[in-house]
Amino acid sequence: MSLAKIFGWFTDPANWQGADGVPHRVLEHLLYTGLTLLVALVVAVPLGAWVGHSGRLRWLVTGANAARAVPTLGLLFAVSMFVGPLIQSDLAFVIPSITVLVLLAIPPLLSGTYAGIDSVEPAARDAARGMGMTGWQVLTKVEAPCALPLFLSGLRSATLQVIATATIAASVSLGGLGRYLIDGLASRDYVQMVCGSILVAALALVADGLLALLEKRAVSPGISGRATRVARSRARNSDPHSEPDSDGADRSDPDPRQAALVGSGTTGPVQATATTGTPSERDRT
Amino acid sequence: MIRFEGVTKRYADASGTESGDGSVAVDDLTLEAPTGKITVLVGPSGCGKTTTLRMVNRMITPTSGTISIDGRDTASLDVAELRRGIGYVIQHAGLFPHRTVLDNVTTVPRLLGTDKRTARSRAMELIERVGLDPAMARRYPAQLSGGQQQRVGVARALAADPPVMLMDEPFSAVDPVVREQLQNEFLRLQSDLGKTILFVTHDIDEAVKLGDQVAVLRVGGVLAQLDSPATLLADPVDDFVAGFVGRDRGYRALSFAAAPELSLADEPTVSLGASADDVRAVGTPWVLCVGDAGEPLGWVRAAAVESEVTRTVLHRGGTVASTTGSLRALLDAALSSPSGRGVVADADGRLVGTIRAAEVIPAIEARRDAAASPTSAEEATAR
Repeated sequence: MSLAKIFGWFTDPANWQGADGVPHRVLEHLLYTGLTLLVALVVAVPLGAWVGHSGRLRWLVTGANAARAVPTLGLLFAVSMFVGPLIQSDLAFVIPSITVLVLLAIPPLLSGTYAGIDSVEPAARDAARGMGMTGWQVLTKVEAPCALPLFLSGLRSATLQVIATATIAASVSLGGLGRYLIDGLASRDYVQMVCGSILVAALALVADGLLALLEKRAVSPGISGRATRVARSRARNSDPHSEPDSDGADRSDPDPRQAALVGSGTTGPVQATATTGTPSERDRT
Repeated sequence: MIRFEGVTKRYADASGTESGDGSVAVDDLTLEAPTGKITVLVGPSGCGKTTTLRMVNRMITPTSGTISIDGRDTASLDVAELRRGIGYVIQHAGLFPHRTVLDNVTTVPRLLGTDKRTARSRAMELIERVGLDPAMARRYPAQLSGGQQQRVGVARALAADPPVMLMDEPFSAVDPVVREQLQNEFLRLQSDLGKTILFVTHDIDEAVKLGDQVAVLRVGGVLAQLDSPATLLADPVDDFVAGFVGRDRGYRALSFAAAPELSLADEPTVSLGASADDVRAVGTPWVLCVGDAGEPLGWVRAAAVESEVTRTVLHRGGTVASTTGSLRALLDAALSSPSGRGVVADADGRLVGTIRAAEVIPAIEARRDAAASPTSAEEATAR
């Protein structure tokens, strides 16, 4: 196998047409990913927000994180065996696939949402209530915007994992980019497998890049630290009311909790490629 | 007017933050915070001062008793409406990090339905009023120092022009220099606005400085004494209050006595750049150096001047009293001066003359005698 063969695969028009062509497979892959994220968001965001807002049932977040240890492929087969006989259509495979992917996406979304809400400064929350905001207003006007960075990093992490893992749908005879891996393996067409992996990695990177852009646009400069970095030195020097500020220096640093809670190595694109590069190996374990 | 009538807060167990060793945070408190005045609640940790404050805007619900604002029982009002009508300032300002200073200040008016433009133009006025550069309106809280954040906190509390303000240790998280600055500006602001303010602090000096009246609470939420600062210092009701009010009460009480007109001695002065001979020609071991506008700069030890008077040889230990200041400042100027002659300046900061401690003491004694027998008041002022 050489780079020329990979290049050849990508430039072969046959690989870009029909149900087995790249555009159709990418579309399928995105469909699984989108559906999964939608369901996971509907479950995880209200739950995480409520746990963070009320401070109750924190063990849910820890429990969901522990669920990450369940092997996805094994779970997929288990669920398929359960659900399969009950349904007489493609849904017999779609539902199990989406279910296991949702279970994969929930922990980062749940802990991201929870950690975001929980990290809101108690003084800001107290002031919001004391100024006459209702519980809903405190949540939507103060807690949610402040929680956005941690929530979005949870979303990025979940998106990467789901895109990488959605390849398993192919193992229960569904489509998506996983087809290239499964079919390639079956026919010992390793070029096809490598190209499929490259496509998965590229898709993951593009999705992560788009979310990064969204993060930049949606998060208030007051929280992301952008405003702080730009104006701090100016504020120090020219400000007539400038006062000593002992605790301000480290405020622009990212929240250490972010890294700790959202999980090990799921935020960086480098890690994403490593995971997506060998999906078949990963799923066999 | 905020009125507490037999207010008690009892926590079910000892987990309440202000409950101290028992479960009662505030015990049968009856108190009036008069309209347009600053009432300071002061006391050690666990005395229930913060609980008392937070019961006014119902952040904490009293177990029994009633709290009324201008005759209306707070329990009968909608809680969000009640809070929107009360300015609320807390220790760490509690600004919203995702909103600019301007948008922080407009919070309550926006909640009340004021349109954005009106709310913003009023917010700009307030931002200037609390002593911030208008350019700061577009900054985010993380770009401000602690003292600036606290100013924004005050502006935000004032934005809907509430008649009542609750302030929970607003100046305690900033360093002493900034704190004093904030206190002075707060007093200046209050003299313009005349809000009904309930102010919590653990710092008796702050209480005495800011309060029109001071309520000292003891652990367990019992009111120990409610009086004007001067009375509190002069006449603590019991050992607890005396101990809490602290040492140097006689001296500190002089803060409340305006400096009388005393005859000041003329002080020969030199300016910066004066030669050693000029300084020694004055004939005293310490010579006062003044600036171009006649403002006192510091004392110079004649023997220490080698060629000419520079800023580095100035002794800056002495304080400067103002003719419009207090007896305490006058006495302190005399006591802190290396020459023993206290420097007195007029309201514009220009040197008027000097005075010795021995000349201030009779003024202090005359004041006490005047207080003891009203008839001798004229006598005292004649001196």
